[in-house]
Amino acid sequence: MVNLTIDNRKIEAEAGQTIMEAARENGIVIPTLCSHESLEPSGACRLCVVEVEHGKRTSVVTSCLYPVAEGLTVKTKSERVMDVRRLVLQLLLARCPESQQLKEMAEDLGIEPEPRFTPDKDNSKCILCRMCVRTCEKVVGVCAIGFSYRGAEKNVCTPFKEDSVSCIGCGACAYVCPSGHIEMETTESGDARTIWGRTFKMKTCKVCGRYFAPEDQLVYISQKTGVPVEDLAVCTSCR
Amino acid sequence: MEEKVKEIIQQYSGDRSYLVPILQDVQREFNYLPKDALCAVSAHLSVPISRVYEVVTFYKAFSLKPKGRYQLSLCMGTACHVRSAELIARNVEDILGIREGDTTADLEFSYETVGCLGACALGPVLVVNGEYHGHMNIAKSTKILKKLGKKGATDDEQD
Amino acid sequence: MTSKIKSFDELKSVQKRLKAGRDPKKPCITVCVGTGCLAYGTKKLVESFREELSKRDLADRIDFRTSGCHGFCERGPMVVLSPEKIFYQRVGLADAGEIIDKTLLKGEIIDRLLYVDPATGEKVVHEDDVPFYKKQSRLIFGLNSKVDPESIEDYLAIGGYGALGKALTGMKPEEIIQEIIKANLRGRGGGGFPAGWKWDATRKAQGEPKYIVCNADEGDPGAYMDRSLLEGDPHLVLEGMVIGAYAIGSSQGYIYVRNEYPLAVKNTHIAIRQAREAGLLGENILGSGFSFDVKVNRGGGAFVCGESSALFASLEGRAGEPRAKYIHATDRGLYDKPTNLNNVETWANVPFIIERGAGWFAGIGTAGSKGTKIFSLVGKINNTGLVEVPMGTTLREIVFEIGGGIPDGRKFKAIQTGGPSGGCIPEKYLDMRVDFDELTKIGSMMGSGGMIVMDDRNCMVDVAKYFTNFLVSESCGKCVPCREGVRRMRDILLDITEGKGREGDVELLEKISTGILDGSLCALGSSAPNPVLSTIRYFRDEYAAHIKEKRCPAGVCRDLITYSVDAEKCTGCTVCAKVCPTGAASGERKKVHVIDQAKCTKCGACREGCKFDSIIVR
Repeated sequence: MVNLTIDNRKIEAEAGQTIMEAARENGIVIPTLCSHESLEPSGACRLCVVEVEHGKRTSVVTSCLYPVAEGLTVKTKSERVMDVRRLVLQLLLARCPESQQLKEMAEDLGIEPEPRFTPDKDNSKCILCRMCVRTCEKVVGVCAIGFSYRGAEKNVCTPFKEDSVSCIGCGACAYVCPSGHIEMETTESGDARTIWGRTFKMKTCKVCGRYFAPEDQLVYISQKTGVPVEDLAVCTSCR
Repeated sequence: MEEKVKEIIQQYSGDRSYLVPILQDVQREFNYLPKDALCAVSAHLSVPISRVYEVVTFYKAFSLKPKGRYQLSLCMGTACHVRSAELIARNVEDILGIREGDTTADLEFSYETVGCLGACALGPVLVVNGEYHGHMNIAKSTKILKKLGKKGATDDEQD
Repeated sequence: MTSKIKSFDELKSVQKRLKAGRDPKKPCITVCVGTGCLAYGTKKLVESFREELSKRDLADRIDFRTSGCHGFCERGPMVVLSPEKIFYQRVGLADAGEIIDKTLLKGEIIDRLLYVDPATGEKVVHEDDVPFYKKQSRLIFGLNSKVDPESIEDYLAIGGYGALGKALTGMKPEEIIQEIIKANLRGRGGGGFPAGWKWDATRKAQGEPKYIVCNADEGDPGAYMDRSLLEGDPHLVLEGMVIGAYAIGSSQGYIYVRNEYPLAVKNTHIAIRQAREAGLLGENILGSGFSFDVKVNRGGGAFVCGESSALFASLEGRAGEPRAKYIHATDRGLYDKPTNLNNVETWANVPFIIERGAGWFAGIGTAGSKGTKIFSLVGKINNTGLVEVPMGTTLREIVFEIGGGIPDGRKFKAIQTGGPSGGCIPEKYLDMRVDFDELTKIGSMMGSGGMIVMDDRNCMVDVAKYFTNFLVSESCGKCVPCREGVRRMRDILLDITEGKGREGDVELLEKISTGILDGSLCALGSSAPNPVLSTIRYFRDEYAAHIKEKRCPAGVCRDLITYSVDAEKCTGCTVCAKVCPTGAASGERKKVHVIDQAKCTKCGACREGCKFDSIIVR
């Protein structure tokens, strides 16, 4: 165990934990838009920056990546930290003026949009937090989506922006998206869902008869686990 | 196409860490990166196509579109910039009627700007199919394009 | 071809034999075939020399050698005639025969090929007397003109790989590291981190295998010293790497080189093959039991790959995105293994330190920065080229004594160092002694050593916009402050240069900068505001002129200037009317011309064409 101070509170944390993990366990909330417990941290959104003191020097670090250390003093709301956080949110608000989630977060943190930043007009709500891409690769294991281009032109898409052959329609990317960018539409009857431009036929639960998962997803799980598709055709509520 | 890609991959012993050089070789072979070739790279190197696409679009050296017969690169390094490369860029774009990074519809000209060619003494530098043209200026760039057969390269300009 | 050398003693006798086989008095023609000179068409000159020599049946009596970049790129194609070291510049294709007949056979000097010192108007015969070279200490870079980069024999003949022999047979790895620490060799790629400490950390790190990497992804626009070293003397870099690998305990090295540098790639491949054949690379080097090999990896064109973690990502076959470095590369770098990354010039310094000792090296330079540094002196400068000087040389010496000052008698305005991560230094700091720490103090940085000189016709807001634009297109896009913040800064700068700047824009730029500095993931992002901050710091007035008076004092920003004709100077030569693409410039022969503002697109063709400096830009 290591001892550290976060916002003047003495805290004990496990060695190897990140500052964010230690803070969260002690009820200290550090805002973030790109970290998720089932994913390795990426440090992309920069909202979770905090100020740490080592000796006489202080520096601004990413709390989702920075490991706790004995005697560390951390400030999660210092002026320097708030300057970065304000800029990050103002930049994201200008990038995705349509995102309700961002607006709410800014309101919570008392941050106003910067009037000098002309809002982007492409209606994208993607903040490039990378959670969808990482989930698709690391959690689902299919790599159906990825990034393309770089810098301001970077975006998340399927290869060649065409229907992805490897997508299984699981929708994990849409569930994890924090800004409401990835859209997944399901028909009224629930027999089909559309995501990333492709429509997937849904399978019914053999117990309750409700549509519950795309056929492609069950086939994929079956291939991975060796369990026959028919045995997988039971929804979570009936299992 | 697939055979050629396989051959290139074999030169790197199928080592996926050589993805960038492999793609460079594939591009040299086909003058650009056709989709089928990228799918072949993905399959034979066991790298998901989404990752291949990511790498191809990330690095500036790669092109998903066929390149023109004449490939023009204008150096936009700092040394060239302070020697007014910007004015030449505008001239070239005006004459060719395309923007930086594009190819003319007749596939005659591709035009791109590059970071720095390291030939700063000659700046500004225009490279045409690998041949360096140094101390470039507006009039010289017009003349070069005219010589390569770009009709729009004006006017009644005399040598 | 050199056969496998099996021990240090054998290496020494090979060096001795090769050296003895070379008569220092035998005439030798050396032609520079660096990328700069090749761009002048030097390849044809080389062919012409070979042809003329064989025509006269002189191949036995006169040696001919092509070499890497000599540095004085402004004056290419360049020929040096040994043993006297007669220096001919701007040599034409048709001059080869005449040089052989007159100078080599009769000892006559060809006047028109000599360099004229613009300061005195005197002609200079010998290379060492050219002011550009005279004021330099060409320790590392000087070898370029002594060896044919494609010949390991050339390198061995001047004692090459001697430091490696010494290190492998007489020194323990820890001793080598101590020597590098004592020499205080700091990284030449940008940060200036002490190389010895890095080596030590990598050696001590847990995990196998350990990698060493040579960073030749020289992305700073306006800097090309690493390319010239790798192109001109690849064995020197390799020797440094093998010594480092032995000290660190690494058996695999990588050279990550820009794809835009085809000659450097080619020469490096040749050098690696030769070194393997000579037993200086590969299994059991010089019979010492130590094995090490090197792979070459070409980059894909991304400035960010100069950053270590992005470089590793690229080497692993992924997009070059950096990651936060709370765990150092020395612990977990390439493939998550301990990795030591140094740049080309840093590796090239290593053989000298081992050969001559840390004490000797630490005797050169300033208190905190030792040794020499190669700068690429470019832009509005008379003598464009690569310059190697001891650390601590003043900017004034570099710009005015070595660089020969500003062309066309114009006024020095600023010098930009450190590439897109650096800053613009105004005239008042010309007497500053250049080293890592001094440059940082005034808001710039050493970077890899690019020095771009600007005169009064360069607009500093435009320069800030240029670098910011560069960084917008080179940002990897991973983190928000760099991806989104730098483009917002660019938009504001664009507004300012288009006359749409607003009160408070400068302050907002400063505010965004602070957020980017503190909030970015990698060093590219956290240094991205530097070009803007340094120009605001030293040229705030120029920003104010753009914003408040809608005026570009340097006459660069298109929306804020007009072109007109100076009636006093115009001779009515009609050139402006001829070159004007829109018919805006017109007039009768021998009468003062005029520019129709309604038609003028401010393309600059008239100013470029006018031989009488009569186009006014305001």
